[in-house]
Amino acid sequence: MAYSNKVIEHYENPKNVGTLDKSDPSVGTGLVGAPACGDVMRLQIRVNDDGVIEDAKFKTFGCGSAIASSSLATEWIKGKTIDEAESIKNSQIVEELNLPPVKIHCSVLAEDAIKSAIADFRKKQEARAKNGQTNGK
Amino acid sequence: MALKFPIFMDNHSTTPVDPRVVEEMIPFFTTKFGNAASRSHRFGWEAEEAVDYSRERIAKVIGAKDNKEIAFTSGATESDNLAIKGVAEFYKDRGNHIITTVTEHKAVLDTCKRLEKEGYQVTYLGVGKDGRVDPDDVKRTITDKTILVSVMLANNEIGAVQPLEEIGKITRERGVLFHTDAVQGIGKVDFDVQRFNVDLASLTAHKIYGPKGIGALYVRRSRPRVRLVAQMDGGGHERGMRSGTLPVPLIVGFGKACDIMTQEGKSESARLFVLRERLRTRIMSRLDEVYVNGSVEHRLPGNLNISFNFVEGEGLMMAIKDVAVSSGSACTSASLEPSYVLRALGVGDELAHSSIRFGLGRFNTEEEVDYVADLVVDKVTRLREISPLWEMHREGIDLKAIEWAAH
Repeated sequence: MAYSNKVIEHYENPKNVGTLDKSDPSVGTGLVGAPACGDVMRLQIRVNDDGVIEDAKFKTFGCGSAIASSSLATEWIKGKTIDEAESIKNSQIVEELNLPPVKIHCSVLAEDAIKSAIADFRKKQEARAKNGQTNGK
Repeated sequence: MALKFPIFMDNHSTTPVDPRVVEEMIPFFTTKFGNAASRSHRFGWEAEEAVDYSRERIAKVIGAKDNKEIAFTSGATESDNLAIKGVAEFYKDRGNHIITTVTEHKAVLDTCKRLEKEGYQVTYLGVGKDGRVDPDDVKRTITDKTILVSVMLANNEIGAVQPLEEIGKITRERGVLFHTDAVQGIGKVDFDVQRFNVDLASLTAHKIYGPKGIGALYVRRSRPRVRLVAQMDGGGHERGMRSGTLPVPLIVGFGKACDIMTQEGKSESARLFVLRERLRTRIMSRLDEVYVNGSVEHRLPGNLNISFNFVEGEGLMMAIKDVAVSSGSACTSASLEPSYVLRALGVGDELAHSSIRFGLGRFNTEEEVDYVADLVVDKVTRLREISPLWEMHREGIDLKAIEWAAH
């Protein structure tokens, strides 16, 4: 199967590979997929006080399309608010990377990874807010 | 010598035709183009003579006594179909039970599945971690209804060489016919239809540096005389077993390819074994968490199937795109199911997704092996740096303890 040039470009020069401190309250971590299924994505975001994603990092175990999808996802969400990032659809990734039908699940996984990182961040914020109230009493 | 790209290391899928084979084939396209079934003129006689000479050369490489025991087909898939369906149909009054293994080629497995739908009983024997079937399992499974045992000579994915000699003793003693899909092992590992008591053997030219589109079925003619029902009706060629005009140039090429194997197979296997071990040690001495799938001892000399833990197979293939190999990862198929052969060995799905099959062949060189080993080590290292699983492994997290959401 031939890969599109965009997949090859992201695969060979992936953007934003790395790790953020997952214990940091401003960091949200999404870990989706399963080793037994052949792909696992970990996508992390650092969100500032205005709700803007300042930084995003990923690591992916998977095929070229999975690596490219997660690399693209980190690129797209950087500088966006979490609400904007949450609205990214897998179909946009499919379109941008020219993914063939058998690789659509890679884009689905990338969308899930974004949502999962945001959910993790929100959960942390809620827990923090709750603790804050408790402390204030 | 300068390396030429891309490098072909997928010799279990197919092989290039040896130039010596091509050379012998050419006159049979142009000047000696006769139909081997034409009895009335020189063109036909010449073609028939060439076909019979090829039968002799093919018979010789598998230890068959009589060149009439070689029936030409389009390839091993057809041979497997003809052997299994043909025997099942002919001997249906004697019994309806067939024994095979879970790691057979799909041409055998799907043929057996078809027969099950028609009322036959099929036992699919499991294999050990080394990919080999236990001959005692065959012995235990044979009943008075068993008509055929089908076990491959060597596996196409993991190169495991099956204990055919032991199985042949059992089937002969019990009066059960014994078929083997021998395509991967001909000229490469020890095989002899007499010594192994094999009654039917599927062969193909394109795995041994011959042309695609030609195969054969060895059908024993005496002690016992094997009978089968033809699966295609027509002019009654090949002693009624397989109708159709013989593709003489392909048959000539097949014969030459077998002749080269008879002459050079042993020394070639010794050379490939050295290359394979060179590749294996150059990779495994420099990387952790690399596992050989299948037996190291009972293995095709040119086969290396290894899993690079925490790196996905198709992703790795993309990183070494100038090297042609294959993977047990299912990422290219829509099913998301990794290799059924690796599964049968008990290799976990995650390691199956991380597997690469290297198939060394006649035209691979030591320089190529060294280049590929270095490249693989470099790319696996790079891919592990971007693998979350590798990072978790390094942090001491037990990946098996995590509840992954299957997707």
